[in-house]
Amino acid sequence: MRRIYAVLCSRPESVCNFIEAESISGPDTRFVYKHYATLYFVFLFDSSENELTMLDLIQVFAETLEKCFKNVCELDLVFNYSKMHTILDEIIFGGQVLETNSSEVMKAVEEISKCSLSLSLCARLGFFIYLFFFGGGGEGRGILLVHL
Amino acid sequence: MAGPSLMDSLFQRSLDDLIKGLRLHQPTSESTFISKSLDEIRREIKSTDPQTKSTALQKLNYLHSLHGLDMSWAAFHAIEVISSQNFQQKKVGYLAASLSFHSSTDVILLLTNQLRKDLSSNNVFEVSLALECLSMICTVDLARDLTPEIFTLLGSTKSFIKKKAIATVLRIFEKYPDAVRVCFKRLIENLESNDVGIVSAVMGVFCELALKEPKSYLPLAPEFYRILVDSRNNWVLIKVLKVFSKLAILEPRLAKRVVEPICEHMRRSGAKSLVFECVRTILSSLSEYESALKLAVEKVREFLVDDDPNLKYLGLQALLVVSLKHLWAVLENKDLVIKSLSDDDPNIKLEALQLVMAMVSEDNVHEICKVLISYALKSEPAFCNEILGSILSTCCRNVYEIIIDFDWYVSLLGEISRIPHCQNGEEIEKQLIDIGMRVKDVRSELVRVGRELMIDPALLGNPVIHRILSAAAWVSGEYVELSKNPFELMEALLQPRTILLPPSIRAIYVQSAFKVLIFCLYSYLFPDEAVASSPSLPVDLDPGVTSSISPKEFSESSDVVVTEPLADREMDEGFNPRDISQSLEDVSVGNGGDTVIAHEQTSCSATLKKDYFTQESIVKLLDLVERTLCPLMGTHEVEIQERVGNIRGLTELIKQELPEFLVHKERNVEGVKVKALEIVKLMHDAFLEELGPVSTSAQERVPIPEGLMLMENLGDLEGICGDIQLPIPSQFCFGRPHSGGRESTSLFNQQTDEESETSYECTSLLAEHRKRHGLYYLPSEKLETISNACPPAKDPQHSDDVNDDGQDLVKLTEQSLVPKKKPNRAKPRPVVVKLDEVDGITIAVSKPESKDYLISGAVREVLLGNEVSSAQHKLPDKSSNKRREKDKLDIDQPSETKENLANVGKSETSTSKKSKHHIPGKERKHKSSRTNADEREDVQKDKTKSGHHNPRHKARQRADDNVDVIAQTPVIPDFLL
Repeated sequence: MRRIYAVLCSRPESVCNFIEAESISGPDTRFVYKHYATLYFVFLFDSSENELTMLDLIQVFAETLEKCFKNVCELDLVFNYSKMHTILDEIIFGGQVLETNSSEVMKAVEEISKCSLSLSLCARLGFFIYLFFFGGGGEGRGILLVHL
Repeated sequence: MAGPSLMDSLFQRSLDDLIKGLRLHQPTSESTFISKSLDEIRREIKSTDPQTKSTALQKLNYLHSLHGLDMSWAAFHAIEVISSQNFQQKKVGYLAASLSFHSSTDVILLLTNQLRKDLSSNNVFEVSLALECLSMICTVDLARDLTPEIFTLLGSTKSFIKKKAIATVLRIFEKYPDAVRVCFKRLIENLESNDVGIVSAVMGVFCELALKEPKSYLPLAPEFYRILVDSRNNWVLIKVLKVFSKLAILEPRLAKRVVEPICEHMRRSGAKSLVFECVRTILSSLSEYESALKLAVEKVREFLVDDDPNLKYLGLQALLVVSLKHLWAVLENKDLVIKSLSDDDPNIKLEALQLVMAMVSEDNVHEICKVLISYALKSEPAFCNEILGSILSTCCRNVYEIIIDFDWYVSLLGEISRIPHCQNGEEIEKQLIDIGMRVKDVRSELVRVGRELMIDPALLGNPVIHRILSAAAWVSGEYVELSKNPFELMEALLQPRTILLPPSIRAIYVQSAFKVLIFCLYSYLFPDEAVASSPSLPVDLDPGVTSSISPKEFSESSDVVVTEPLADREMDEGFNPRDISQSLEDVSVGNGGDTVIAHEQTSCSATLKKDYFTQESIVKLLDLVERTLCPLMGTHEVEIQERVGNIRGLTELIKQELPEFLVHKERNVEGVKVKALEIVKLMHDAFLEELGPVSTSAQERVPIPEGLMLMENLGDLEGICGDIQLPIPSQFCFGRPHSGGRESTSLFNQQTDEESETSYECTSLLAEHRKRHGLYYLPSEKLETISNACPPAKDPQHSDDVNDDGQDLVKLTEQSLVPKKKPNRAKPRPVVVKLDEVDGITIAVSKPESKDYLISGAVREVLLGNEVSSAQHKLPDKSSNKRREKDKLDIDQPSETKENLANVGKSETSTSKKSKHHIPGKERKHKSSRTNADEREDVQKDKTKSGHHNPRHKARQRADDNVDVIAQTPVIPDFLL
C-alpha cells in the first residue's frame, strides 16, 4: 500500500491512469487509479479485465458513493466504513464485476442498510486510498489512510 | 485480564468513538491509543452480550483494515457473531470472516453449518452475505460441502441471488473441480438468460476459466458467438471478446467467423473500451485477416492522436502486441511513436521506447541509436538509463545480430559509458569483454576505446563506471599487442587514482599491468618474435602458407603444423631442447609468423613498434611498476597482494638478469638461455592464448577424467586435494589439483585460469592449461560477418580442418541461437522447460563438437607430451560418454511418443472434438488425474446434452500447469531437429 501511495504521489496530473504493477503485486497485474479531490481509488486487475472498463468502474463506484453521501469526502468513507463495504460488495463480488449500474447498486444498498449518516467534521484532511484487488486469484482489500 | 463486566458493556466505545479518538491523536501517540483500544476490544469481545461483541468486532475490522492490525486471533468470535440473529451483527461477523479467514484458519469448519443455514435462508440479503463470504474464503472443504446449496441457488428466481451464486461458482470450481459435474449445466443455461446482469456474470465466469485453459471451451463457441452478435451490453461484449481472443487462436474456422462481427463492433461502437477490446483481440489473435488488421491499426492511430493519455498508452501497448508479427503497423505510426518518446507520462515514454526498439534493424540501428542517445542526454536520469539499457539489450540480442559495424558499436559503448548517471556499467562491462572475445576484427578499436576510458582520471571518481573500467583494463591487458602505446597503458593502469577502485577491480588492473609488462619485456627481449606474434591476432590463420624467412624455431614448428603431428611429434621433441609445452607455444607463434609474412602491412606497423622498446624505456617501465606496486604488498586484499607479489618477483628477477642478457645480446651469442628470458617468453605465450566465449554447454563437453568418481562423496576429493583448497562447488570437474596436474587430465576451469595465480614457477603448467582450455570454448557463435575469424589463431588443430569447422560453425550458430532467441520473447518461459530445451540443444551441439574434441584433444595430448596413454584412454571414455547421451535422448523420445500415442487414444475415446486441439506432452503431468477425469467425463456425457463441455473440469486441475504445457510444446520440434 505504501509503495502504491508513493507511486501515486509521484505521478503528475494529466498522465495516464495505469500503473504497471508487476513489481508490486505479481505477474499479470496492473493498477488503475482515479482521484477525486482527496480521494484516490485504486483498483488492481489482471488480464481478464479491460483497462478502460476498470476506469469506468471506478467512476461507477464513485458515483454510487456520491449518491449515498452527497458530496463524498474522506470522512464519509472513514465513518461509514461498513456501508462502503456494502456498496462495494454489490459492485464487485468475489473478484468479479457484477453490477455496473449505480442506481441498481443504490437500491440494494438502501434496502440492506438502515444506518444513518453520521458525519462529524474534523479539520484534518488526508488522502484516502481505497484499494481493491480482484481478478482470478481471489480478492482482497486494503485501505490506506495517509494524513497530510 | 478480568472478564467483561456490565460496566464495559454499558460504556463501550462505539466505532465512531474509536474513529474520532484516532483522529484526535497525533500520529506519534496513535499507536498507544490503538493498543489501548485493542485491549478494550479483547475484553469486550468475550462479552456474552451479542451487541457488545459485534461492536468490538466491528472496531477490530476497522483497525485491521486501516491500521493493519492482526485479527486472526478473533476468528472464533467472528463465527459467534455470524450466528447472531440480528442482520447488522451478522453482517459485521461476515465482514470479519472475509477479511481475516484463510485456508489455514482452523475454526473455518465451524462455519460450514452456519453458511448452509444462511444460504438457504428466506432473506435474500442473508443469502447474499453468505455467498459473499463464501466466495472470499472458500476452501476445499467448504466448496465440497456447500456445492448442493450453490446448485439450488443457481436455479433461484431472484436475479439478485442468482448472479451472486454464479460468481461464487467460479471459486467453488477452483477449489473443488468435481462441483463442475453438478453445476456446469445450469451455468450454461444461464447464458441464454434475458437478464443482462446474469449473462454478464456467467460470461465473467467463463472469461476467467477460458483464460486459464481455453481449449475446453471451444464447444461453447456457438453460444458465445450468439452473444457476440446479439448483445448490446458492452460489459458482456468485452468479456466475450476476451474469450474469443483465446479461442480464435485454437480454431482457425472460428476465427474466420468471428472476425466480421468484431470488425462490425469496432466500426459501430462509440465506447472506447469496447473498441479497444476489439482492437486488442484482432491484433493479438486475428492479425492474419488483413482488412481487420488494417481497421484495427487505423483505430490504434486514432487512440494515438487522442489527447487522453490513457488511450495513447493503451494504443502504444496494442502496437507492441502486433509489432512481433506485423512490424509495418508500427512503422506506419512511426511518427507518433517517436513523438510519444517526449511525452510527459513515463508510462507512455516507456512503451514508445519499446516500440522504437522493436523497429531497430541492421539498417537503421545507427540512426536510431544516435537519436536515442541524444534523447537520453536530454531526459531525466531514470528514463535516460531506461533508454541506454534498452539500447544495450537490443544490440546484444542474439549475439549482436543487428550489429554489422562493430567498430561503431564499441565506440558507442564508450560513449554511453561517459554519459552521466549511466547505471548500466555491469552490462557494458559484460558486452565489452564479450565482444572482445567473440569479434576479432574489432579488438584494436576496443583497445582504443578502453584506453580512452582508462586514461581519463576523472572517470575513476565515479563508482558507477568502475565496472566498465574493469572491462577496459581487462581488454587493454588481454589485447595489449594491438595497443599503440603500451607504456601509456601501463601508466594508466598504475595511476594513483586507482586507489578509488574497489579491490576486485583493482586486482584486474594489477593483472592487466602484469600482462602489459610481459608484453613489453617480450617485445624488447625478442624483437623478432614480437614482430611476428603481435599483429597476428587480427588476421586469419592460414596453415598452407609456409614461410621461407621464418626464424629458427618457426621452421620446426611449421612442420608440425603442415605434416600431421602424431608421427613427427617424436622427432620434433627430439631436436627441441626445450620443454615440450613450450614447443607447442612455438607452434602457435610460428603460425602467427607465417601469417604476418603473408600480410605485409601488419608487419610494417610492427617494425615501427619495435622502436618503442629501448633499454631506457624498459628500465623506466620496470621502475614504474616497482614503485607503484610495492606499496600494495601490504594490502589486506589477497587478490591484489598475490598478483602484486607475482609481478614483483618477476621484475626483481628481470632486473638481476637483464644486464647479463644484454651482454649476451651484444655479443650475439646464440643459444644462451637466461632464466628470466625464458620466463618472459613463457608468460607471453601463455597470455597470447586467446580466451574465447564459453558455450553454455561447455561443461558437458569436458571428458570425465580417469579415476574421477563423480558419484562419490566430495569429502574424498578433499582428501585427494590435500591442503589445496579449491572452490569446488563453483566449478565442475577437475580431476586433480596442481600437484598431480602434470600427468592427470585435470582441467582448470576458466575462472582460475583467467585470473590465475600466475606464479612463474608453474608457468608451463599454466600455459598447458590455457592451451587445453581453448577446447571448451565455443569457437563459433559469431556473426556471419566475422565467422571466418572463428578458429583460434594459435590453434594448429583447428587449422587442419578448417572446412569441418566451418560446417560445424554453421550448425552451431543455428543451434546455439535457438535457446538464445527464446528468452528474448515477451513471455517468460518457465524454468523447467528451458532446461529441457537447453539439454536438447546441448546434446545436439555436443555431437560435432565432441568429435572435434576427439581429434584435437588427442593431438594436443600428443603434442604436449603428456603420456600418450592418457589420451588414448580418453577416447573410449569420451565415446561412451557420448553414447550415454545418445541413450538418454533415445529414452526420452520413445517415452514421449508413447505418451502421445496414449494421449491420442484416450482423447479419441473420450471426446471427439477435442482431440485435434490436443497438445501432446502435457498428459505426462496429469497421468494421475486423467483416469479420474475420464470417469467424470463419462458421467458428464450422460448428463449434459451437448456432451463436449465436459473436459472443462479437467481444466481446473490443469490450469496450474498450463504455463508448462504451452511452453513445452516447442520442445518437440527441437528434438526433431
